[in-house]
Amino acid sequence: MAEAVMTKPVAGAAAGTAPLLSVQGLEGWYGESHVLHGISFDVKPGEVVTLLGRNGAGKTTTLRAIIGILAKRKGSIRYDGAETIGMASRNIAKLGLGYVPEERGIFSSLSVYENLMLPPRVKPGGMTVEQIYTLFPNLKERAGSQGTKLSGGEQQMLAIGRILRTGAKLILLDEPTEGLAPVIVQQIGRTIARLKTEGYTIVLVEQNFRFAQTVADRHFVVEQGRVIDTIPNAELDANIDKLHTYLGV
Amino acid sequence: MPTILGVPMQALFGQLLLGLINGSFYAILSLGLAIIFGLLNIINFTHGAQYMMGAFVAWMLLNYAGLGYWWALILAPIVVGIFGVILERLLISRLYKLDHLYGLLLTFGLALIIQGLFRNEYGVSGLPYAIPSELSGGQRLPFMFLPNYRGWVVVASLVVCIATWLVIEKTKLGAYLRAATENPTLVQAFGVNVPLLLTLTYGFGVALAAFAGVLAAPVYSVNPNMGADIIIVVFAVVVIGGMGSILGSIITGFTLGLIEGLTKVFYPEASSTVIFVIMVLVLLVKPAGLFGRTA
Repeated sequence: MAEAVMTKPVAGAAAGTAPLLSVQGLEGWYGESHVLHGISFDVKPGEVVTLLGRNGAGKTTTLRAIIGILAKRKGSIRYDGAETIGMASRNIAKLGLGYVPEERGIFSSLSVYENLMLPPRVKPGGMTVEQIYTLFPNLKERAGSQGTKLSGGEQQMLAIGRILRTGAKLILLDEPTEGLAPVIVQQIGRTIARLKTEGYTIVLVEQNFRFAQTVADRHFVVEQGRVIDTIPNAELDANIDKLHTYLGV
Repeated sequence: MPTILGVPMQALFGQLLLGLINGSFYAILSLGLAIIFGLLNIINFTHGAQYMMGAFVAWMLLNYAGLGYWWALILAPIVVGIFGVILERLLISRLYKLDHLYGLLLTFGLALIIQGLFRNEYGVSGLPYAIPSELSGGQRLPFMFLPNYRGWVVVASLVVCIATWLVIEKTKLGAYLRAATENPTLVQAFGVNVPLLLTLTYGFGVALAAFAGVLAAPVYSVNPNMGADIIIVVFAVVVIGGMGSILGSIITGFTLGLIEGLTKVFYPEASSTVIFVIMVLVLLVKPAGLFGRTA
């Protein structure tokens, strides 16, 4: 029943289609410190891409710049053809972007249900609450609990689930597997795969490239605020030594 | 006449009622301050002046427009609330990224200016405002005489406080407000117009102060200094309850009014200082206030 209600923009990444998200020469600052030095990458509709890189490379900052909560940013970020670099974050979200922050951002003064219902609908075609409960049954059981009383894995499900309600077509996922037990990581992985088949476009920040490999189409390697390499998922194993050097693992 | 601990019952209940009335004003005013501080991080020192403005708008409506108490109860909060919205858009919104201190200085300065203007125009002797005819008279209870208007003040403020609390705790708008109080950036990133939410919240907090001002007009006289007198005590109430706690400010407001009343019966010399003594004790034991969360 989940599939029946959802719109399916594009299944899979067709070669040659115009990018849904195009980031060109993105620069960003935290106060005085210059963190992004010209990030450039494209994401096609229906594609899952990851930003890989060491701590402090600028992956999280890139997501914050895309959703518009990085106060000082320059360059170009186009979503579905529209330039967003000068827009307020609330207007960027309304174009159809959903943001799942690294710290998950579950509100302690809201119940699980209130957290789930909080983000306003930005586009038609979002999941219903019942569909989200089917995807994450734990959220239904704990609907009345305080948001932050959930386990780390449940909080991650809530952070993802509440975005699926909004009808956002591009999802920015910041380290969804960080600190979670392997069984939960698998569940998150299955969820991402499922969302991909339903046509969602996902930009995933990951430190764990073994996990990234199971879900992504392409990987962008970020170092010192730049994208220094692009690796198609099929070629990840062939490039494993290079990747080890990049990530310093 | 029956006595309790050597105090005539009539005196005891009389003072308790006075305490409850003061507590009603403390509760509405500290509730407004708590909502504003929670979301805007602004310590709104203009709150007392806005309470006074509520009383003055009621007086003006009656004397210049012939609109009585019930009209004032609705119109004065709207008028003063709009004034608050303009203040927030024009001045206060420029301070959100700065230290609390700047907001405090700005709103304190504004309070002085507003009070000065009203003093200039209306003097300090106070203007009378009659109790509406529907609420004149009183009830003879077995243990005391209850003036109708005073009973009304307690009921009206309880209703407004509980309604405000319900809106914040049980509605979607309240959920936005609570979420934006915790993490405004993320709420904004979900597509919510947080600046608008801040403006409306300030306007609502100010309207609450004006509502209290209208309630107070027939009890105290309408006086440019009425806000300056009460606001210091209200800030002590807010500190005791915990800055930013909604329910805490309501409960603390009523309770401290009652304690003040009891002190007037049993040890009148301390009645004007008892709230500040409690504030010192609470700060020693729980620096975040009774209902406050330590950040």
